[in-house]
Amino acid sequence: MDMSVHNKIVDPASSILYLDGVSVSFDGFKALNDLSFVVQPGEMRAIIGPNGAGKTTMMDVITGKTRPDEGEVYFRDATDLTRLDEARIANLGIGRKFQKPTVFESHTVFDNLELSLKCDKSPFASLFSKLTSEQYDRIEEILETIRLQDRRDWLAGNLSHGQKQWLEIGMLLMQDPELLLVDEPVAGMTDAETVQTADLLRLISKSHSVVVVEHDMEFVRSLNCKVTVLHEGHVLAEGSLETVASNPQVIEVYLGR
Amino acid sequence: MRILKTALLLGLLFVFAEAEQPVHAETLQELTSALSVKSYSKKAVAVKKLAASGAEEAGVILHALMDGALFTRKTDGKIVLGLKNESIYSLSDPINGSALGQAKKSELKKVKINNKVRIAIRAGLGRLDLSHPDSEKRISAAAAIFKSGDPSMLGVLLELVKSETDEDVLPAIVRAAAALELTHSLDIDARINAVAQLKSTGGPEVKALLIKTLSNIQGPATPENLQLESALKGALADVERQLETYGLIENLFQGVSLASVLLLAAIGLAVTFGVMGVINMAHGEMVMIGAYTTYVIQETCRLYFPGFLDFSLIVAIPLAFAVAGTFGILLERSVIRFLYGRPLETLLATWGISLILQQLVRTIFGPTNKEVSTPGWLSGAWEVTSGLSFTYNRIAIIFFALVVLFFLMMVLKRTLFGLQMRAVTQNRMMARSMGIKSARIDAMTFGLGSGVAGMAGVALSQIDNVSPNLGQAYIIDSFMVVVFGGVGNLWGTLVGAGSLGIANKFLEPYSGAVLAKIFVLVAIILFIQKRPRGLFALKGRSVEG
Amino acid sequence: MNIQKLTEKGPFVSLLMGLPGGGKAFMGILLSAAIFIVVGNQFVPEGNFFHVPTYMVSLLGKYLCYALLALSVDLIWGFCGILSLGHGAFFALGGYAMGMYLMRQIGDRGVYGNAELPDFMVFLNWQELPWYWFGFESFAFAALMVMLVPGILAFIFGWFAFRSRVTGVYFSIITQAMTYALLLSFFRNDMGFGGNNGLTDFKDILGFDLRADSTRLGLFVGSVLALAFGYLVSSFVTQSKFGRILIAIRDAESRTRFTGYRVEYYKLSVFVMSAVLAGIAGALYVPQVGIINPSEFSPANSIEIVIWVAIGGRGTLWGAVLGAILVNWGKSYFTGALPEAWLYMLGGLFVFSTLVLPKGIVGTFPIFYANIRSKLSGKSETRQATEAGDI
Repeated sequence: MDMSVHNKIVDPASSILYLDGVSVSFDGFKALNDLSFVVQPGEMRAIIGPNGAGKTTMMDVITGKTRPDEGEVYFRDATDLTRLDEARIANLGIGRKFQKPTVFESHTVFDNLELSLKCDKSPFASLFSKLTSEQYDRIEEILETIRLQDRRDWLAGNLSHGQKQWLEIGMLLMQDPELLLVDEPVAGMTDAETVQTADLLRLISKSHSVVVVEHDMEFVRSLNCKVTVLHEGHVLAEGSLETVASNPQVIEVYLGR
Repeated sequence: MRILKTALLLGLLFVFAEAEQPVHAETLQELTSALSVKSYSKKAVAVKKLAASGAEEAGVILHALMDGALFTRKTDGKIVLGLKNESIYSLSDPINGSALGQAKKSELKKVKINNKVRIAIRAGLGRLDLSHPDSEKRISAAAAIFKSGDPSMLGVLLELVKSETDEDVLPAIVRAAAALELTHSLDIDARINAVAQLKSTGGPEVKALLIKTLSNIQGPATPENLQLESALKGALADVERQLETYGLIENLFQGVSLASVLLLAAIGLAVTFGVMGVINMAHGEMVMIGAYTTYVIQETCRLYFPGFLDFSLIVAIPLAFAVAGTFGILLERSVIRFLYGRPLETLLATWGISLILQQLVRTIFGPTNKEVSTPGWLSGAWEVTSGLSFTYNRIAIIFFALVVLFFLMMVLKRTLFGLQMRAVTQNRMMARSMGIKSARIDAMTFGLGSGVAGMAGVALSQIDNVSPNLGQAYIIDSFMVVVFGGVGNLWGTLVGAGSLGIANKFLEPYSGAVLAKIFVLVAIILFIQKRPRGLFALKGRSVEG
Repeated sequence: MNIQKLTEKGPFVSLLMGLPGGGKAFMGILLSAAIFIVVGNQFVPEGNFFHVPTYMVSLLGKYLCYALLALSVDLIWGFCGILSLGHGAFFALGGYAMGMYLMRQIGDRGVYGNAELPDFMVFLNWQELPWYWFGFESFAFAALMVMLVPGILAFIFGWFAFRSRVTGVYFSIITQAMTYALLLSFFRNDMGFGGNNGLTDFKDILGFDLRADSTRLGLFVGSVLALAFGYLVSSFVTQSKFGRILIAIRDAESRTRFTGYRVEYYKLSVFVMSAVLAGIAGALYVPQVGIINPSEFSPANSIEIVIWVAIGGRGTLWGAVLGAILVNWGKSYFTGALPEAWLYMLGGLFVFSTLVLPKGIVGTFPIFYANIRSKLSGKSETRQATEAGDI
């Protein structure tokens, strides 16, 4: 992918992700209803909301898996994401972590990272590609970041749940995306793992824009970032966790159920 | 007249029942004796009278007369049948066929005929057929005259138009008379009238006749000729339009019939594949098992309850359901349950099962086709008008398919089993925690799908060969129907079967059966590209994977 | 990774060097078996225990074609998770392309003695060769078509199917529909491929009499080389990063997509590659059996290929080869010895391989072996080995 073209147009002050009036419906059910929000470059954003609020559908729309019925989705103000497919969007610099950890289970940890490396991803190039020493070092570096150096030759399928989550995050880092979408990263993790994951995300957010979808309020608090509350496919409130937590509408939606 | 005819009929019956029937025989005797008159015109009258008697024997006598095998015995003047054997003739009675010894040529006198008598004989023979007691025979006699266009029959036909009372026979006679009138009459009004009558009966033969007559109009463009021409053209257009409509209806019926067969074959699959997501390649063999069950029950009935033979098909429906359903449950418990969540493996394993079942049936019943006869109440056809008829077994299969569909919908929607089944397929864990025995439901669901396939086998035994390969012939089509209609939706299966069946039959006249099938297959392949989950698939939040 | 070892030794040698241990062993066994058979056929006198009769050579040649076909199915199913139930179609198309060349070689030696038209066309009263038969008198052209026709069909079919993301059983079902449609088409006389009877009564290939023992041996050697070539190519592909991406697609398709790979291009590439290999297998098969007819398109044939791979062990190249040879050897033996029992056995194989032996022979025995070894040595290597076989 040629990034330089886009880089020239981007105004550093403008948004990295821009959603305006996005609606998606499945057989009459409105999963997203006039959803709009903006993420600034370098920002970390937490998105919370009850089940069925449209969080996963929102991720699907941003990453090109689902086409919105209406509305605009722009990446770095320049690229219309609604016209591109998943691979194109991934190569543009948007990484996505699934709710359930998804890694290549019959490959080693090292291979998982190698496959995620940012490089020419056409079939022909892959047929003849070899690792350069810089790329090798980069993989080692990420292995360290996700604390899996001593597991590098393990098959990913044999890792624990938390390790798989980290490996997946590591794979995202290998892609070196500008924007990371992370779906419930601490679901099913032990407390210790949760704390480590929060550290990891804060570390990552220093050099990347990150959008985290999460249920766990303690975890969101530990991220210490701006929060957007979704409800029925629409933004209900936005601001710091304290602000939204005191919003009567939010309280009703969360506690009224 | 009517009474006379009935009396004659009754008389004839008696003749057949007991060879000696004095009253009738005497009448025939007299009529036959009349043939010995010298005058040819009187002879012709005698021939006419003999034919008018409508007796079976009259036909024999007239044929003999035509062939010159009828003689007057000089000793007693009796009319006899003589068969030449070297120079000696073997004689027999023309009426009851009893042998009357032998005679030399000098003892006999041939009953001579001329052209006038010949015409009378031919007309008489035609008339005999036309007044045959069996209405089917009368119709075919009229059709034969229509085909041959023998002008000598016109008189007889016109007479019969007045006397014929059977509503099925009359149109055939009218049609034959009109055809003769049109081709042979010189009277322009009669011809135009005939055209009108032909138009009202219609049919492909009439169309051919009209076209032929139209091309045969000769001579200058007289007003009469022009009038006739326009009448013919108008009638031809009408008949063609009518034929087209019939063709369309016929096609539609064929399509619906094929659709019903596809629906029956696919509907069980809609349960196992559509609801459970199990690719059962042995589905066709469940249909085959149903068909063989029908065969076994028929043979059992033939041996032990011959009186119920006609109803063995009815008995076969629940039994085929039970047998195929049992096989299905066994299959699910022994193989498929170990393969849930691995659709490709399921596909291969069930393919293996299908090979085994085919070979099993081949071992037990032999490789040849088995005959499942059509019961009396299903044979024959419903004749809507001439040139448009639907066979009863096809009609029955259409209804049967709809009944099975309805039955299945009710089971799925209105019973506790159906509710549990839907619960298990939607969320197995949740259903289990609600106390539903999911393993039992799986087995029962699979049994239900297989049982329905078995019932389809009962129907298919009526229109297809019952052989070990029966199931193979339907498996690809069934999958096409389910995939096209959309998985997990019985209405989709109905629409899928309907559109595939009708599309196939409407393409057939243009492309031939094989090419039509190829077109439909290619169309489905392209369609799946467009809608990978079928026509009525539910859209939903995309799930990972 | 082995590809890193590719050096300047020339492509073939470096490919051989790049083979993993199992692959080198396979190559060794294949080539030495071939030499053994050639020597046994040519130089060992009849009656000697080591003599290999010519009919056996042809039979083995046929198995090798099946093995190459199995390899092509393994490449897409074992490595990329695409189950094609229509691969027999590519095999048959390759076979028909070769059959057309062989038909043209008959010349005026046919029953009707027509130098231009094959017998069946004369019989149908055709006046001239259809356009799509032109060029097939040349072996080079036919050889090109052997690869191009299956390749192009696979490209078109795959392009539609993969682009619209037809996956899993849906893909399997439409491949089955594809081969079924081709079956029906080739049955038609109007298609110009000999209808029901197909193409047969071949006389010679490249000027050599097809009935001569030496030609049969030559075809056998050709099959050995083709299989070796197919194995090397498949091995190179699966060892490369491309191959690891195929496995990634098989295990987590959407993850691969979100990682930035155009999954459809990968699937399409490997599908076309596989179709070409199948076409080559078909082309070598036809002169050895002497006939090609539409029954090769039957869906049942295509499903049978899959079971060879499943029995041998999918996701391992030599497993596919082993499975094809074993199952077909069994088929030849049992259809002769116990014809009634063969279908039971074949059906049983399907059930057995999916229920009991999901990893196939090659996938199962190493685990078995590793289990024993780990018990003996007391170390627990099993976990790794088990997962390595989980392909």
